Amino acid sequence: MKTSEYTRTPIHIPAPLRSYTGGRSTIEVKGGSVGEALEDLTHQFPALKQHLFDEEGILRLFVNIYLNDEDIRYLRHTSTELSAEDELSIVPSIAGGCPGNPTIF
Amino acid sequence: MMQTHSDILDAIRMHGAEAYPEECCGFLLGRITEHGNYVGAAMSVENRRETSREQRFSISAEDFHRADLAAREQGWDIVGFYHSHPDHPARPSATDLAEATFPGYTYAIVSVCGGDAEQITAWSLRPDRSRFESEPIEIISEIFVTP
Repeated sequence: MKTSEYTRTPIHIPAPLRSYTGGRSTIEVKGGSVGEALEDLTHQFPALKQHLFDEEGILRLFVNIYLNDEDIRYLRHTSTELSAEDELSIVPSIAGGCPGNPTIF
Repeated sequence: MMQTHSDILDAIRMHGAEAYPEECCGFLLGRITEHGNYVGAAMSVENRRETSREQRFSISAEDFHRADLAAREQGWDIVGFYHSHPDHPARPSATDLAEATFPGYTYAIVSVCGGDAEQITAWSLRPDRSRFESEPIEIISEIFVTP
């Protein structure tokens, strides 16, 4: 069943970002697509925007959005349409490592 | 501040030694409290890097999503990550900073020297993402946060 812009979709917020959502782990967002849902999320909680999007308004590289159990990059990205019963999650990917040359210590 | 138990730190050290000379990585599960990040469990995860595994680690979004669902089922949150620095000090590198994710997570690093796990340190990313700041580790014996 398709949703309308007035239908709300729950989006799960990672623990450290809950300081920007009043401590809430799930926020109901409205919108017919993933992009509209994210727009509504950052409209409700503007301080989240800098953590999710870069200066050009593109999702940061380490920020992945899952629609149920699928990464939206493998669907239609932010144009992916939302249906009733869908759930969204903000999922970071993590990387790093030590400097190039071994250190004697 | 990272609050945890000695057996959790031992498990991280053991994982670092087992993975040597490659980097290990995993999740810190617990709860964000008024005192900082309480870590009640550590969950190892596969280093998804295909090359330079002695100097790099990567945790896929898919693995994070799966771990997050498992943590939620147990009543925990993912409050941070750990990884090892084989033959390097337990300090964040430029790579760690460049590839860091959201501020608010605890980033624990264990140095592994010649196969022996040594110091564990904890760090948090400044809100402006400019650098990591050292986070004290408090070892507690009492379990005062339950899932």
